Amino acid sequence: MKLKGSQILIESLVKEGVECMFGYPGGVVIPIFHYLYEAPFKFILTRHEQGAVHAADGYARASGKPGVVIATSGPGGTNLITGIANANMDSIPLVVFTGQVSRNMIGNDAFQEADITGITRPITKHNYLVQDIKDLARIIKEAFYIATTGRPGPVLIDIPVDISNSEYKFQYPDKVDIRGYKPVYEGHPNQIKKACSLIESAKKPVAYVGGGVILSDASKELRTFIKKTGIPVTTTLLGMGSFPETDPLSLHMLGMHGTYYANHAVNESDLLIAIGARFDDRVTGDISSFIPEAKVIHIDIDPASVSKNVEVDVPIVGDCKTVLREINKIVKAPSISKWIEHINKMKEEFPLTYDKKSKGIKPQFVVEEIYRLTEGKAVICTEVGQNQMWAAQFFDYTEPRTFISSGGLGTMGFGFPAAIGAQLARPDRRVVDIAGDGSIQMNVQELIVAVEHKLPVIIAILNNGYLGMVRQWQQLFWSKRYSHTSMAFSPNFQKLAEAYGAVGLTVDKKEDVEKAIEKALSVKDRPIVIDFHVDKEENVYPMVPSGKSVKDIIIRELA
Amino acid sequence: MRHVISVQVENKSGVLARVAGLFSARGYNIDSLTVGTTERQDVSVMTIVVKGDDKIIEQVKKQLNKLIDVIKISDHLISNSIQRELAILKVSVSPSKRLEVFQLAQMFKAEIADMSQKNMTLSIDSDPESLDKFIELLRPYGIKELIRSGRVSLLRG
Repeated sequence: MKLKGSQILIESLVKEGVECMFGYPGGVVIPIFHYLYEAPFKFILTRHEQGAVHAADGYARASGKPGVVIATSGPGGTNLITGIANANMDSIPLVVFTGQVSRNMIGNDAFQEADITGITRPITKHNYLVQDIKDLARIIKEAFYIATTGRPGPVLIDIPVDISNSEYKFQYPDKVDIRGYKPVYEGHPNQIKKACSLIESAKKPVAYVGGGVILSDASKELRTFIKKTGIPVTTTLLGMGSFPETDPLSLHMLGMHGTYYANHAVNESDLLIAIGARFDDRVTGDISSFIPEAKVIHIDIDPASVSKNVEVDVPIVGDCKTVLREINKIVKAPSISKWIEHINKMKEEFPLTYDKKSKGIKPQFVVEEIYRLTEGKAVICTEVGQNQMWAAQFFDYTEPRTFISSGGLGTMGFGFPAAIGAQLARPDRRVVDIAGDGSIQMNVQELIVAVEHKLPVIIAILNNGYLGMVRQWQQLFWSKRYSHTSMAFSPNFQKLAEAYGAVGLTVDKKEDVEKAIEKALSVKDRPIVIDFHVDKEENVYPMVPSGKSVKDIIIRELA
Repeated sequence: MRHVISVQVENKSGVLARVAGLFSARGYNIDSLTVGTTERQDVSVMTIVVKGDDKIIEQVKKQLNKLIDVIKISDHLISNSIQRELAILKVSVSPSKRLEVFQLAQMFKAEIADMSQKNMTLSIDSDPESLDKFIELLRPYGIKELIRSGRVSLLRG
């Protein structure tokens, strides 16, 4: 039977098992929306294309399934750019459809025309411009395959409107065969043996775990590995949740705002076992003084990530899950009781902390209260900046896919739409977006979407009246010249929430924090905005200044 | 060090932009790039000459390999491949010097493509080293214009 291109698209999504799609209509995608009207999956109409792509990203991070997005040509496509780049940096599987002007108009500067495959080439894992209706089903099949296999990432398909309107026999391919794309999953057995012998003889080993472990669903294998070896674990921002932070072997996060003990343990280590992490500059600081004495084992599915920033002694290219499973079969525990003792001493001496006696509301206290009152079971999304770091530091994550944050790109305005996606993926959990008063304003229009779909997302604004992280840098490194970082003019967030039909709460006393969170948790049918008026000039510590080494770590405020 | 990287790619639109974009986005400098068809209709080969230390070249190759449209990459050395470049030169040659230049051209198997009262235009295709030498020998006469192609390279054996 012949179907229109639009119908082929939707039938292909059904074949892929898509349950939820995010997007926004427009001229050249009307034919597709015509059939979306009767599609057997949920469609979430956001209020901005950026909201759609971040929501799909949050959905993908929370569910492990690819996020699916559609937008129109021209501005529809260009509004997706930040979200696509964000997913690309954090290796999040997305399949993004954009409409394009009809083939005979391409290159004519037609109305709402933009070269979206050209624009997105450096920020997608792959992209397609469909030039023939007979390729459409194959391209969609390939796009899902490419997005979700190997090192995942966003794939964009640009569909000219005349392709959507033309007809072709629909047959969804069973298999994908791309000769230039054969990701390697199995680690090389000799490399695995070498790694195990290094591990067994290590005196001061640390496991450094990144988002790759969550993407490859290897959290269980990681826990087995640590149980067998007793090696302490630190995670990157995106690796949080892969290993329980409540475990005595957890060193919490490392890097610029990581714990003192994680950074020092890594720096003093004689063996660093990097698993699904990529030695980002926010982790390493000054690369020349990073891990002076350590040998490095690096497990990663992306060969280009291995030995890119740091020389690796034992590279293992493969899927974290598969490789860890093989390692677990043969690895023996090293004797490291002294090392663990040393680390425990550091933990006691330099814990994460803040002024708990302060009269005002400390932002860290709000995060701790959210942790306590949700019993650590919430899915936390964050915006970017101080709010993100406090959310990372003062909530103990124990399960994968419960901490959702823009890592590589550092996108303000990500958290709230991502929380909408996460709540759709996880109706069984409370989703809390820990936000700043700056970043929440970047995609606040999506509040109405949460209201429309009765999503009880809690938006906890840590409102300090500043773009706090930039202000912190200005304070510490730029002679306190707070150039354009004041957010003294902000809307009344409580009233804004109410205008959208959400619940709005304002908290300016420490003793009201608990009550407000409890009130929010009791609301189950709409979003809740809590505007916490926190200490204005609280800083995030510890801090390894940009480009510096762990020796330069600032533990707390200098007098 | 200069490397010659031969990249088999899908013969599709947009592939050149992907490869070129990768180089510019990561700050690698291309000396030359040649794209051409092969014995297989659906495969093109890009021959890329790029300067860089081993670490950079390794990274270039890995990044190229990540492109979905890249099928295969090989590093070609002078010793294991046949490499050719083409150059066309317009040299100012007075009538009294024509014979000299003509002999030089014969020695290098260059072709006299055009001639006028003041100029000779020569075309040469050869291995890049001979080509360099030929150009150097012609320089004293006065090279008015010179155009050089990228490299093509095929493994021996």
